[in-house]
Amino acid sequence: MTRALRLLRRRLVGSVFVLLIVVIGSFLLLEAAPGDAVDAYIVSTGGDAGMIELLRHRWGLDQSELTRLANYLWALLHLDLGQSVTFSRPIRDVILERLPTTLILMGSATALSFGLGSALGIYAGARPGSFRDRFLSVGSLALYAVPGFWLGLVLIVVFAVDLRWLPIGGIETIASAKTGFSRAADIATHLVLPVSALGFIYLALYLRMMRASMAEAWRQDFVLAARARGLTRGRIVLAHVARNALLPLVTMLGLQSAQMLGGSVVIESVFAVPGLGRLAQEAVAGRDTPLLLGIILVSAVLVIVINLLVDLAYAFLDPRVGAGEASA
Amino acid sequence: MSELTISRRGLLAGSALLWASTALPAIAFAQTPKKGGRLVLAADSEPRNLNPAIVASNGVFFISSKIVETLAEASFDGKDGLEPRLALSWEGAADGLSVTFKLRDGVKWHDGKPFTSADVAFSALQIWKPLQNLGRTVFKDLEAVDTPDELTAVFKFAKPTPFQLIRNALPALSSVVPKHLYEVGKIEDNPANNAPVGTGPFKFAEYKAGQYYRLTRNDAYWSKDEPYLDEIVYQVLPDRTSAAAALEAEEIQLAAFSAVPLADLDRISKVPGLKVITKGYEGLTYQLVVEINHRRKELADLKVRQAIAHAIDKDFVVRTIFLGYAATATGPVPKNDPQFYTADVPTYPFDVAKANALLDEAGYKRADDGKRFALKLLPAPYFNETKQFGDYLRQALAAIGIDAQIVNNDSAAHIKAVYTDHAFDLAVGPPVFRGDPAISTTILVQSGIPDGVPFSNQGGYKNADLDALIVKASETLDAAARTELYKEFQKKVAADLPLINVAEWSFISVARDTVGNIANNPRWAVSNWADTYLES
Repeated sequence: MTRALRLLRRRLVGSVFVLLIVVIGSFLLLEAAPGDAVDAYIVSTGGDAGMIELLRHRWGLDQSELTRLANYLWALLHLDLGQSVTFSRPIRDVILERLPTTLILMGSATALSFGLGSALGIYAGARPGSFRDRFLSVGSLALYAVPGFWLGLVLIVVFAVDLRWLPIGGIETIASAKTGFSRAADIATHLVLPVSALGFIYLALYLRMMRASMAEAWRQDFVLAARARGLTRGRIVLAHVARNALLPLVTMLGLQSAQMLGGSVVIESVFAVPGLGRLAQEAVAGRDTPLLLGIILVSAVLVIVINLLVDLAYAFLDPRVGAGEASA
Repeated sequence: MSELTISRRGLLAGSALLWASTALPAIAFAQTPKKGGRLVLAADSEPRNLNPAIVASNGVFFISSKIVETLAEASFDGKDGLEPRLALSWEGAADGLSVTFKLRDGVKWHDGKPFTSADVAFSALQIWKPLQNLGRTVFKDLEAVDTPDELTAVFKFAKPTPFQLIRNALPALSSVVPKHLYEVGKIEDNPANNAPVGTGPFKFAEYKAGQYYRLTRNDAYWSKDEPYLDEIVYQVLPDRTSAAAALEAEEIQLAAFSAVPLADLDRISKVPGLKVITKGYEGLTYQLVVEINHRRKELADLKVRQAIAHAIDKDFVVRTIFLGYAATATGPVPKNDPQFYTADVPTYPFDVAKANALLDEAGYKRADDGKRFALKLLPAPYFNETKQFGDYLRQALAAIGIDAQIVNNDSAAHIKAVYTDHAFDLAVGPPVFRGDPAISTTILVQSGIPDGVPFSNQGGYKNADLDALIVKASETLDAAARTELYKEFQKKVAADLPLINVAEWSFISVARDTVGNIANNPRWAVSNWADTYLES
């Protein structure tokens, strides 16, 4: 797979620049926001001028913007994400604590929306223009139009408050001391509602895309050829039409991973899931610049890695990809 | 709910009735508290520092008051509104230069070491005075703490300090932390700030960021047989709507500090097994205030300020924004304060015609478009109610020809805009009355405060008379004379309107019927909960 390796190398070099731009851009944006970490902190405490000066000094906020940016980049060069102001803990620890939760949430939601979305898309696209196609298209659009937090609240009211089938929020039963399999089952039960809320919204995206590219593929010559060879309809749908229609979905998967990080901010708040999204929101509210930069950095790395995997998958699925790069 | 607006006693009676009507079965059981059980309740924020000796704020107290105790706690019927905790008695010298505390015997820290006067001296001198957000003001003249024996602490002040002020400050400002854990290293970086060690009925057990805090029973608590609960778990629920849902689903048993939004209370009070409690926050009164930037020439004119006061329909605000869970305000001391409040102040009844006349008199005639002048209005974003009042105020001002443009900010940006940059004409703020005007109330109108101090006079208001009165009250030792000065203070503020007090409110708790001994002191949500119990 030298083709894939070349792709990997090119991407890694490019990623460093992407990350640098992301860090500096985010830093400047945050600096432009009015108020600093001390302003955010004294909202709940108050305090006199001396105390405020003391805090600014202790948190390093009395230094110039440029000094702080330089210090941050210098520390980053040594793989040190710095100290969180709002948590008074190393940012690496704070993020690592939350990252698995967000990865599980995002991963499951992506799997749900991609899996179910493309399956329904195949079902709808197998007979474009049929009743089931129309029904699924309209239904998925309606779902796509629903705000995530509202869907989350409705799910809570129905399944947690009225039916009491599922827990209302959190990532696991609090202070339960469960271990092993029962803990995994506990976490899974807690994830059902947030994953559904997050996944169902993006499901429409995959469904519609799958359906559209299936409708497109039906018109291709190879479908006619397959028919002429006397293949069964089911085989044509799955092996010829759906397989070719799947390619754009893989691209979508990469693009959408970034979006889902954003969507999880809201869902994590509604379901009290201790993930990265909620942490980011707290970091912004607390003007915790280094923490937010850390989160953005980790998210950027995540998105880059996912897109890299998507490209690799693409290279694997479609022989044309990367072939041109050999000569480039 | 009009009883609530009359007096503290009225307030108590009113809410007791409300409580009784929804929780009769609970009261029948209230005689025999049951031991054991885990109380799960909602927490909407996670304080970065849990040391109440450094950060005297309700967010910190809500959790740490069960772990770290103060010298005295607020009480409905104790002498001077206090009840002993770590101190058994407190006595102020006639010259105002010293206060003697007799401490409780046989109290142990959670790590087994004995609690002594050295801990009190250390907390006062090394933490309250130099580091605590409120203590830096109240204890600024504290010079030394003598410890003649292990159970006596004598506070020595460099300047005469009113004993009344020290007494009123005890419930919020006197959290005692163990000297033996804090004397090494920097106090601000001490690990006990995030895992507090105290003498309280509950020990700090664990904290899972973004999920919960867990406290466990202190078996060696000084009050025999207490606490009743085995565990208290604070479940972090950042979204307000989810607290109500969690109560209904019986995942939590209590939501304090109005974690359930006012708009949901009516519905939730009808859910079987849940009760809505308005009592237990009398000592934590928030004031809805219009802050005024006196640097604006229009607003520097008393007639304009009077006009604005007349344009606000306070009853409407209480009824519509607070849904009745508030009282109208007359001045800078809330009506439910038992010591200082006076109703004998100039008032500004809702009167649009009069407001318009005052503005005409002041020389700000309506232009052809009906507008007199435009203002920038910054509602504080901390509470739904402050934001909603901002919208109301805009309409009320439009009725008298003032065009208010609302500027919305998040908390940090609002603090900076109002208190550092002074980039406002009017702001809506929720200052807290902390049992004594000298703690955090006089600062709202006093001049000469440096830029950047939050919840203080940053509107450029200067009144030499009022400043002199504030200084005089801060030096007056006799409690009765001092109280009179603060009554004078209320009159002067209401007359000159450096700011406009609109309403006073506090928080609401929603609990399951099984939770007993709720709201039995004026700072209940931030008290130690040693006697709180669960029926099943």
